[in-house]
Amino acid sequence: MVPVPRGRGKLLEMIINILSILLMAAGLFFFLGAVVGIVRFPDFYTRMHAAGKGDTLSTILITGALALQVLHNFDWAHWTDLLVVIKIMAIGILIMLTSPTSTHALMQAGYDDGIEPVTRPKKKGIVSLDDSPAEDAELTLPVTGMPEDREG
Amino acid sequence: MMETFFICAGITLLLMMIPVFYRIVVGPTTIDRIVAVNVIGTKTAVLLIIIGMLFDDVAMFVDFALAYALLNFIGSLAAARYFNKTRPAYGAGSPGKGEIT
Repeated sequence: MVPVPRGRGKLLEMIINILSILLMAAGLFFFLGAVVGIVRFPDFYTRMHAAGKGDTLSTILITGALALQVLHNFDWAHWTDLLVVIKIMAIGILIMLTSPTSTHALMQAGYDDGIEPVTRPKKKGIVSLDDSPAEDAELTLPVTGMPEDREG
Repeated sequence: MMETFFICAGITLLLMMIPVFYRIVVGPTTIDRIVAVNVIGTKTAVLLIIIGMLFDDVAMFVDFALAYALLNFIGSLAAARYFNKTRPAYGAGSPGKGEIT
């Protein structure tokens, strides 16, 4: 937070500040979406979806805002601030790579444990594939795609 | 002015982490809890950079944030492997399979 502009125009400072505020607000908005999804969604897979996507995007946006703000305060007397900018962007890129990886690994673990996805409740008068007679049982397709259905 | 904005952003981030704790406490499966912890860890790394901006010492805090993000990733991968191999997804005292909470 260096309030004194070092030889730069007031306009450039204002533009960079507004850009930083916009990036930060967008990041907070996407994190709000992720939080609402994590709390409110009915299913393990949908919650995982909200957590993976919203969290990654909001982290990238907020780190972008912070890197812009550090770069804005940069001058050559403190040239190591350039390393700080690179490290902040490295955190953003790292999370962009690792968050989908861990989401995929956790989702695979849950799928192998046989967590059932939420499906639409059966209505009266609609014959689903589960209600088909036993003689053409080999014709039925796996509806939910659970592990016990994959063998049969 | 930007300092006030960063304080407000940090407080907002912190307040938005609180509903995720609901998923940690209530979450019907174990992996739900791990995902919620992963989200909170990622946001804590971001919050560490904001704290560094407020203390005007980003060069120190950004290293903490980098190490925290790496440890968070390794931890969630290790938990995924562990619960994939050894543990059922529904722990003791949790509702049954397919139950909507």
